[in-house]
This record gives sequence, structure tokens and C-alpha cells, in this order.
Amino acid sequence: MFTSFLIKYSEIGVKGKNRYLFEDALVKQINYALKKCDGDFRVYKTDGRIYVDAVSDFDYDETVAALQKVFGISGICPVVCVEDEGFEKLGERVVSYLDEVYPDKHKTFKVSARRARKNYPYDSMEINAEMGGIILDAYPEMSVDVHDPEIMLHIEIRDKIYIYSKIIPGPNGMPIGTGGKAMLLLSGGIDSPVAGYMIAKRGVKIDAVYFHAPPYTSERAKQKVIDLAKKVAQYTGPISLHIINFTDIQLYIYDKCPHDELTIIMRRYMMRIAEHLAKESECLGLITGESIGQVASQTMRSLMATNEVCTLPVYRPLIGFDKMDIVALSEKIDTYETSILPYEDCCTIFVAKHPVTKPNVKIINRHEQNLSEKIDELVQTALETEEVVVVS
Amino acid sequence: MEVYLDNSATTRCFDEVAQLMTNIMCEDYGNPSSIHHKGVEAERYLRYARETLAGILKVNEKEIFFTSGGTESDNIALIGTAMANHRAGRHLITTQIEHPAIMKTMRYLEEQGFRVTYLPVDRQGRIRLDDLQNAIGRDTILVSIMHTNNEIGTIEPIAEAGDLIKRMNPKTVFHVDAVQGFGKFRIYPSRMKIDLLSVSAHKIHGPKGVGFLYINDKIKINPIIYGGGQQKGMRPGTENVPGIAGLAKAAELMYKHLDKDMERLYGLREMFIQGVSQIDHVKVNGCMGNESAAHIVSLSVRGVRSEVLLHALEDKGIYVSAGSACSARKPQPSETLKAIGIEKDLLDSTIRFSFSIFTTEDEIRYTVKALHEIIPTLRRYTRH
Repeated sequence: MFTSFLIKYSEIGVKGKNRYLFEDALVKQINYALKKCDGDFRVYKTDGRIYVDAVSDFDYDETVAALQKVFGISGICPVVCVEDEGFEKLGERVVSYLDEVYPDKHKTFKVSARRARKNYPYDSMEINAEMGGIILDAYPEMSVDVHDPEIMLHIEIRDKIYIYSKIIPGPNGMPIGTGGKAMLLLSGGIDSPVAGYMIAKRGVKIDAVYFHAPPYTSERAKQKVIDLAKKVAQYTGPISLHIINFTDIQLYIYDKCPHDELTIIMRRYMMRIAEHLAKESECLGLITGESIGQVASQTMRSLMATNEVCTLPVYRPLIGFDKMDIVALSEKIDTYETSILPYEDCCTIFVAKHPVTKPNVKIINRHEQNLSEKIDELVQTALETEEVVVVS
Repeated sequence: MEVYLDNSATTRCFDEVAQLMTNIMCEDYGNPSSIHHKGVEAERYLRYARETLAGILKVNEKEIFFTSGGTESDNIALIGTAMANHRAGRHLITTQIEHPAIMKTMRYLEEQGFRVTYLPVDRQGRIRLDDLQNAIGRDTILVSIMHTNNEIGTIEPIAEAGDLIKRMNPKTVFHVDAVQGFGKFRIYPSRMKIDLLSVSAHKIHGPKGVGFLYINDKIKINPIIYGGGQQKGMRPGTENVPGIAGLAKAAELMYKHLDKDMERLYGLREMFIQGVSQIDHVKVNGCMGNESAAHIVSLSVRGVRSEVLLHALEDKGIYVSAGSACSARKPQPSETLKAIGIEKDLLDSTIRFSFSIFTTEDEIRYTVKALHEIIPTLRRYTRH
């Protein structure tokens, strides 16, 4: 029945002169998302709206699901598109539309017509009134409510006539690519994929970095992170995932620094490496899944200690979230099941029983001096031996 | 150097088996139920396979039923027997160290109202015949004991158990999971009073996805799946002809020089154990000498997590398992290791080496040397 979708977008509407940039980005992202769906589609802008027309057979559910992952879309309206064959025929079509979409007719409604083609014989007020009458004649159990109707029936007169009443919620946010690019520190846990999702939702393209520590972490742990990146990429488009071998750096820190500071110092080196990669690939910031107080390395003092080594801004979209809220989001974006697979990541393998929770930046800096002999070389090697996987 | 020491997880296919299977898939691909020549040809492979396997076990070829492997054979044996005999009694016996294909099926039968006794084992992993004797009652319809433990290699006293079971209650059906024992030992169901025997092909250099269940003609058992009546309706479905032919060929090759091959494997096992025993705080689990299977060695390495050791060995091209491959993906500790009373802090430090007839002395030497290097290094870096 439906062959078109009217795409509603929220925030782009308020943009001024740059509006077309946002709309073009949205059209591009919609096209990209639909590539994975069966069928051929035409995506176009007209009269300040974006339409998706199916020009072949297509899978309705699959298409809606794909569109629901495109940031910038606030609503997806499945549209019935008919030829203009006179007002009487249109009335019949509207009546049958209501029958197909609303088996239960005990509902209030309002007709909202829009006459974009000005040579149409009725104006929008007339269409509203006439069509309302036709509907009431066909379904006496329905009633009109112009203030808060259960069914807002839109009829748009263009070259063809578009009928729609349902709005399927979209993910909101801004189209990917309108906000620059950032480097996500992806660990394999629950939080970091959610953090990536949240920043991407603001139109930011994502690259990611993962630190692994063979033989202490397994190949399956690495595969798990690749799988997570793929899930996030459903929303963000292709992600370049940088895989850094962190073992030697970690063991060197283990040998040279106090054990209870291992995690903090390790995280500082992760940030340094992530920032290096970020700058190389023109990222404008780093993204982490940290949330205040969740673990020892995420107390405010610990965050201060890790933050200190970066010059790029570090975006921490989950900073004020409780674990429960993060879990709910990860379930929503379908990363939870993968995140909880029980493979160890490199943050936990040597973790001390009682890691510092109030690291003193001065002392940390002093202890990092112990690493001066070899650390630059080790970091260099880690960067040179990186593996990059592009997932989509 | 690549050294594959995870043969209890699965084995490399014999070249001859792979060739035979390719030939069947591409040339003699008929359905054995078809009336025409192509069908007759395919059926011939089945008949030959049945004859070969029946010959090895010294049983009647009508008693061989092909399945999709060890897990399915175990399921048919347990569920099929329980359902067919539930009026005679609702008591089942097994051990605490069985493979999940038995354990989980027993748990399912418990939910169906059967009572299950799980026999404990000694520190070597062997059941005590006294315990078995005390457990068998008039309502015991089935005893299931594994031939060779997949994690530690211990051989259970199958012949003695068979005698005892039939003496205590002649009606009790005796099932043996021989997935790790077939192809490595001579197993004769009639002599050992075994009524049901599960076997898998891919543990003996055959293909994955195929196995068989020996079913004593005289016992009562129901099918657990229903279909087109193949294999006398006991296990319907178009037969996996290439797999079945591959299974029989692999079995034939395994038994061709069995004594010589096993003697050599016991030698390798001895050499390996000698080599690793020189490393501090390394302990071999299970039995020594002929009381264990020749192809399995379970080591507990104090202070080293098994997963880390596994990946460190992998770096040197050596492939092994942490615990057993079937449970290695799950975080909970192995039931078998708990049942033999291994210390709590060694549960997560236990690793399994499993050999095959392709394993060489050089590979063993290389592996022992690698362990001597890796273990002390890994012990330096620990959580504390």
C-alpha cells in the first residue's frame, strides 16, 4: 500500500543559511542507509521536505528499520501516493486508506489538507471540510476533534496526491557528517559503544581505537570489539577501527611504576596514543564512555589525571549517567549482548586489588619519569604496528 | 612451526577421507533411498560403512545408527531410552564428569520427572564401583558412563561397570559415551555389556557433523526425531552419505595399526610429562601410564591463567585448550576439574594438551621448550 515515505526532521529546520548543507547530508545518509535494503529508492528534497519513493518492490519493515537509524530524522511517515483522478475518487481512496490502516474506527480525527499545486479546484479549507464529511458518512463511529485528534489525516495535493497519518519516530539528532569527526576509545565494554552512538547522533563522524594485549587478551576479544564497531556503524556509517597492540607498553609500566597506579598510567598512554591517531585522521576530539565514579579510574581525580595528557577536547557523553541508563541505551542500540561476552579486556588484566582512586597528578607525573628510557620507542612501535579495520 | 595439540577438540581430516568424501559429493552424490543406479551406488557406501564399524565393534551391522555426531548420539541414547522405559522406572545414573551433551540432557530428563544420581569420582577422575553398586535399584532404567574423560583423559572401568550393572539389574540399559575413546581403544559392546555407544567422527580424523550410535538390538528405545523412515525410523532423514563414508574410512585407518600407534602415543605422553614436570609448580591431572588415554594431558600451572598461557603458546604456533574446548567459551569452571577436587586457585590455571597420531617427537620437544620459556615470564606479570 505504502510506496513513499515523508521524512520529518526537527533541528535542521531551525538552521538558517546553512540549512541546505544539513538537508543534503541527510539525503546522503538516507541513501547510504537504504543501500542495504532490498529495492530501489529515490530520495529527493522538495518544498522543504525530504521524500523517499520506492521505485520498485521493497520490504516495508526493513526499510522503516533502516530509516529509523538515520540521525537527523525525527519522524517517518508512510505515505500512500495516488494519481489525481478527481475529488470523488480521492474521497474513495481516503475512505479505503482509513479502513486499511485503522481496523478499529472508534477514533477521533482531523483532516489537514495542504494544496501545494495551486490550480487544484478546492483550497485546503474546502478539502478539510468536504473530506471530513465524506469520512463521517463512510464511518459514522468516527468523530471530528480539531484540537487533539487521534488521527491527523494529512492530504497533500502535488502533481500526485499524498495521504498519510502515521508518524513513526526517528532517532532525532543531526545527520552524520555535519559535525566533523571524533576518535572513540572503544573497549569492548558496555559504555564506549553507547558513548560513540551519542556523539554520532549530533552529526559527528566516528573513528575508533581499540587497545589489545595479546596474549593476555584473546583474538575473540578483538573480534568482539570489531563486532561492536559494526553495530555502532549501523548508525554512524563506516568506522575506521585502529587496533593497537598495547602489551609491551603495559608490561613496561608494570615493571617500572607502582602497581596501584598502573591503570591510571596505562590510561594516560591510551589517551596519548588515541590523540595522536585522532590528529592524524583529522578528528576534532576524543570520545570516551567514562561516567563519574563508576570505577577507580573514573573518579573526578582520575579523570583529571587522564585528561591532563590531552590537548584535544575529550567528549564524555555518559559522564552523568547511571549504569542502568547506559545499559538501557546499549540495549536500544543492540550492543548490550555483544558487550557482555566474557572476554577480558586490557584494562582489567593486571588491575590491582586496590587501585588508586585519588591519584595525585604530580606524583603520577613523577612516576612516569621512570618510563623515560624506553616508553617513546614502545609507543612508536605500537603506532607503527597498528592494524586498521574499516567496518560498516 | 605449527603444532596442533588440540585433538580432543577436533582433529585434522585424513587426506584419504577428504578425497573419498569429495568423490562422493561430486560423483556418487545419489540419495540412498532412490530406486535408480545412483541411489544403489550411494547405498553401497552406507552398507560398507555399517559393515566396517560393526566389524570394529564386533556387533551386528543392524545395530549401527548414523547420527549428526556425539551430542545427538548421546541425546538419542538418554532421551530415547528414558521415554521407552519410563514405566519400568524413572531412575537414571551418570557421573559428575560427563560431557555437557550428557549433563544437560540429564538435567532435561530431571525436568521431565526422572531422578538422576551423579556418581562422584576419585582424585584421578575414576568412579568407584561401590558407589555404582549402591546406586542401582529396581527402578534404575539407565546408567551412562563415559569411556574416556575429555578434559583429563582418565579411562573409566567400563567392563567392570557393565558386569556390575547387569548383575544388579539385568533390565538396566548401559550407555557409554565413547567420543574420546573410540579409535584409541578396542571397545567391544557385547563383551563389556554395553547397550548403547556414542561415537563422533571428527575426533578420529573424520569429518564434523557425523557420528553413530550403537544400539543393542534387544533394548527398548524410542526415536527422538520423526521423518521419512530411514534407518528403520530410529533416526530418519536422508543419510549424510559423504560424512558416513568418511567416518567409516577414518575408523578403519585408526584401527589399522592401533597397537603400534598407541604405544608410540604413550611414549610421547610420557616424554611430555617428564619434560613439563621439571617446571616448578606444574601438576598433571588425572592418571599416569595406561590408566589414562594416550592422547590427553591436563596440566595445572600455578600462578598462570590458562587463557593467557593458551594465547602465549598460540604466539609460538602451538594450539591447545583451556580446560575443555566445549566449556572453554563459558566463564564457569569445569565440572570435571571440580569433581576431581582440584584446588580452587588452579581451576582457572588448567590447560589441556591433546595429541593425535600425527603428533611427532619434535613437536613435543618444541612444546616442552616453549613451556619452559613462557611459564616463568608469565608468572612475573600477575594481578596483585
